[in-house]
Amino acid sequence: MKVSIFVTCLADTLFPDVGRAMVTVLERLGCQVDFPVAQTCCGQMHMNTGYARPAGDMVRSFADTFAGAEAVVVPSGSCTGMLRHHGRNVAPGVHLPPVYELSEFLVDVLGVTDVGATFNGSVTYHPTCHSLRLLGVGDRPYRLLQAVKGLDLRELPEADQCCGFGGTFALKNAEVSSAMGEDKINNALSTGAEVICTSDSSCMMHLGGLLSRRKSAVRSMHLAEILAGQG
Amino acid sequence: MAKQDSTLHPRPGVAFLGMPAFTEAAHIALGDDQLRRNLGRATRTIRDKRTRAVGELEDWQDLRTAAAMIKDRTLADLDRHLEQFEAAATAAGATVHWAADADEAVRISTEIVRAHQGTDVIKVKSMATQEIGLNEAFAEDGINAWETDLAELIIQLGGDTPSHFLVPAIHRNREEIRQIFLDRMAEVGRPAPDDLTDEPRRLAEAARLHLREKFLTTSIGFSGANFAVAETGTLVVLESEGNGRMCLTLPDVLVSVVGIEKLLPTFADLEVFMQVLPRSSTAERMNPYTTMWTGVTEGDGPQELHIILLDNGRTRALADNTGRQALRCIRCSACLNVCPVYERVGGHAYGSVYPGPIGAILNPLLHGVSDEHDAALPFASSLCGACYEACPVKIDIPTVLIEQRAEVVEERADSGRPSAEALAMRIAAWTFADHRRLERAQKVASKAGPVVQHVRRLPGMLGGWTASRDLPPIPDESFHQWWERTRGADR
Ligand code: SF4
Repeated sequence: MKVSIFVTCLADTLFPDVGRAMVTVLERLGCQVDFPVAQTCCGQMHMNTGYARPAGDMVRSFADTFAGAEAVVVPSGSCTGMLRHHGRNVAPGVHLPPVYELSEFLVDVLGVTDVGATFNGSVTYHPTCHSLRLLGVGDRPYRLLQAVKGLDLRELPEADQCCGFGGTFALKNAEVSSAMGEDKINNALSTGAEVICTSDSSCMMHLGGLLSRRKSAVRSMHLAEILAGQG
Repeated sequence: MAKQDSTLHPRPGVAFLGMPAFTEAAHIALGDDQLRRNLGRATRTIRDKRTRAVGELEDWQDLRTAAAMIKDRTLADLDRHLEQFEAAATAAGATVHWAADADEAVRISTEIVRAHQGTDVIKVKSMATQEIGLNEAFAEDGINAWETDLAELIIQLGGDTPSHFLVPAIHRNREEIRQIFLDRMAEVGRPAPDDLTDEPRRLAEAARLHLREKFLTTSIGFSGANFAVAETGTLVVLESEGNGRMCLTLPDVLVSVVGIEKLLPTFADLEVFMQVLPRSSTAERMNPYTTMWTGVTEGDGPQELHIILLDNGRTRALADNTGRQALRCIRCSACLNVCPVYERVGGHAYGSVYPGPIGAILNPLLHGVSDEHDAALPFASSLCGACYEACPVKIDIPTVLIEQRAEVVEERADSGRPSAEALAMRIAAWTFADHRRLERAQKVASKAGPVVQHVRRLPGMLGGWTASRDLPPIPDESFHQWWERTRGADR
């Protein structure tokens, strides 16, 4: 199957490994991966901060870049949610191709839960708010993680609580944002896991930034990176 | 008890007077460890109970939809339903007054009390009378208003303001309450016993004896209403303690202040709300006391009933296409209990009688966003969506917040105040408009990377990030560059 990937501006710039991991997983499953180079951003940051017009321009540009795509796969629940739920509001009349968050695409479209990955270590999964509530991905990420060889999946207490990133909320109300993140990390540390896994680079950046400031040995990783792992 | 100088117990008032805007108020609240512990424990408990209570109903999602639709239908035709309500209530012997704003509602209330030469009134907990600042206005006029709800009594005696709809004293623990009773009860009526402990039973007993005196000696009562039924002119109050029922039935004169959005078309519509409200708010299958009153009945209950229908910004909210749905709110407080921001900062940080996620949208809807307090509220959310998921009348709070953020941005642009944020957003939009620009920016950033990585504290907005979090190292090669290097740029 031919799939187009939307890497997202954040992963493109700060976490290219996430994009590479997604390519690895998709190609391993036999997909022909296309990366339209004109892609930039879904417009979420602008829309959520109150700048709807530029957000609309970005959605239109996204639609042009991915025109005719059979399926667009995104390593982010919030960017997928932005396009799927707010795209038409900020860019009326726009025609968007089908957009899938990575775990949705793997489980629903390709119909696989075992992607042939191996990961030696313990992992706890934070189901990001937009994946959970805007997209309703449910247990798909867990099913994918459970099928990874060698992976010891630890249940995260209060998993459905927001980690506190929230886009520009992390800057405008930085203290509340950090307080929420600290609680998330304490819950993650209580599991004894070596890795906090999420399916959004933004939550990963927030939690990773807090872990790094604490000089913790626990790492934050993206779901794609774990699914790409082989022995 | 927490340190006095850094706690947020604002003075009562219509909008809490002298309050800093949200971000600063949140800073103070976050510094209060006791407050955070009280709140965290309380919201977690209510949250879990509510999840169980709601989980018992198989048709919960259908009930939510039905409740939202009934409210929307009422709001779409609000003027007609209000007139119908007025006619029915008047026919049953009530006097209906219309109040465009808080001042008018207060003036009408004061006139009624004066006409009966009253000096004291008893009150059943009501958001509407808090919204219009009735107690404070009465105090200025020499009228004493006595709250009869246990939590409201704690708030009133503590010289404090409520921080939660349902659990107004959620920010107080038992020892704090004991101290407030010992210090203050004697000044305003029957004193607390000297050997009062912080056992819940003993605290409740002290409050009961104190309040009984008030019930038996006061002839004017004030209330709000959870619902107002248009076809019959009936007002409905749901409560847990029974104090409200005493307040609604013992006085000779009853004044009910009711927001115009409380209307329901028919008595049958109550069926849906009697299911969703108790489960969403107290996590009970049914609340212990439901009182309904329609006009007056000779020889039974108050012999004079005044209903003050309050606008105070509601028609302003009604005119807002997206925001209108906030008028569906039945003040159940489910959104507060699931909100991670509310859980960390408490109700006072919102600077209004309406805190939490619903307060964050309702205050700007009622007043507009020209005031800095109202303008800060739409940003007091991480948009996690937990409030929308919990709301029994399906108010899409995150979407309304986003719309209001746009209003704030527009208002700032109109006022000609250029902000660093607007500039940053313009630059980002320009960069994102063309992938070549984005790639150039990425190259610059990766060169600056080593520098940025060693600056732990950055100025401006980014400083908010680096005060508590590190930035990730900026990689030498973006995904774009990697793709073009390994796969070619011809696609
Ligand atoms: S917005 Fe919804 S959840 Fe919040 S208080 Fe109102 S009805 Fe309850």
